[in-house]
Amino acid sequence: MYNFNYHRPTTLAEAKQLLAENDEAKFIAGGMTLLPTMKMRLASPSDLIDLSQIEVLSGIRDTGNAIEIGAMTRHAEVAASDLVRAGIPVLAELAGQIGDAQVRHRGTLGGSIANSDPAADYPAAILSLDAVITTDQREIAADDFFLGMFETALAVDEVIISVTFPKCARAAYAKFPNPASRYAVVGVMLADTAVGLRVAVTGAGPCAYRETDIESALQASCTVDAISEIAVDSAELNSDMHASADYRAHLVVVMARRAVLQLASVEPRVSA
Amino acid sequence: MPTKVTFTLNGEAAGATVEPRTLLVEMLRENLRLTGTHVGCDTSQCGACVVHVDGVSVKSCTMLAVQTEGADVRTIEGVAIKGELHPMQRAFHEHHALQCGFCTPGMIMSALDLVKQNPDPTDSEIRAWLEGNFCRCTGYQNIVRAIEAGAEAMRTGDLARV
Repeated sequence: MYNFNYHRPTTLAEAKQLLAENDEAKFIAGGMTLLPTMKMRLASPSDLIDLSQIEVLSGIRDTGNAIEIGAMTRHAEVAASDLVRAGIPVLAELAGQIGDAQVRHRGTLGGSIANSDPAADYPAAILSLDAVITTDQREIAADDFFLGMFETALAVDEVIISVTFPKCARAAYAKFPNPASRYAVVGVMLADTAVGLRVAVTGAGPCAYRETDIESALQASCTVDAISEIAVDSAELNSDMHASADYRAHLVVVMARRAVLQLASVEPRVSA
Repeated sequence: MPTKVTFTLNGEAAGATVEPRTLLVEMLRENLRLTGTHVGCDTSQCGACVVHVDGVSVKSCTMLAVQTEGADVRTIEGVAIKGELHPMQRAFHEHHALQCGFCTPGMIMSALDLVKQNPDPTDSEIRAWLEGNFCRCTGYQNIVRAIEAGAEAMRTGDLARV
């Protein structure tokens, strides 16, 4: 990779100042995407600002009706967290399916969603659970966050502080992993939330999105039969050497059906 | 600009002067001449480069050397106990868990992290944990047996220090 300057601030203010002072600077969270991208010379920042030493960005809190997770919290911490496992079990399960053990020890929630990789797992949870993304400047609703492939609502100088996931009655995540790299070729998450049943798809399109046809069918009847006849339009879906757009469209329904079956076996959480 | 990085390496104070772009695995192999940690794919998929940083397994091809400032780093060279093979290393030897041996250091570092978190892993838990470690000789069967045996030796013996 091209050389760069490395900074390791301990406060958010210091990190923001470093970013302001260097035009081509980038924040680095876990580095599980950025470092490989830099090795391929697809990114060549002048400066890397490492967020790992900023304490306010890490940690998991139960706020009663929600679980709040700091942006720099590693996937392995979310997967193993008693608070997450008790409050939103599906979120711990999802985090435990990201990449492999070593990637989960480095990769972070904030890094994953700020990157908006089309095949990342977390965006499905953000959208289906109707999470709120808190930055140093504002709160962003889940539905407003993912804009496209590697594109989010974040401003250039905006830093994610934490994500707040409302607890829901029950939820399920079904993923078709790439056999080698474990990313989601297609992943579907269903959540029975305070604002109704929500269905989010990752892996299939340019970024994670809500699958509204499947959502309305399942709101009417949360059964496999309710969605068996749905044909997902493949026009806007991704096509690559691993899966064509038509295959991904097919997988969306298959994964949704698996998630419905899983959901049926989840004991509903009684809200406080 | 070259930077001095200091950390603990296999229990002893260590340091090196590296560029910010130097990968952890490059510092280990080229600056510190610890060539037991291998580079396989260099894309964080194969696991030949697994080492422990602050007690957890990571892929040293996808971490910067400068990110280990103040950290506790352990490599395959720090696993043997007073010149004797660690029970997990012995288990790999006894169960013929290697053919060419290229993946072995990463496999062992990964296995030790698994056993620390889960002292009595099942066959399927071992296989799931090894998703990030590739053996291109396809010797997984014996690797899984070795990890089961190594875990048992660590549970029952006095040498469970990792």
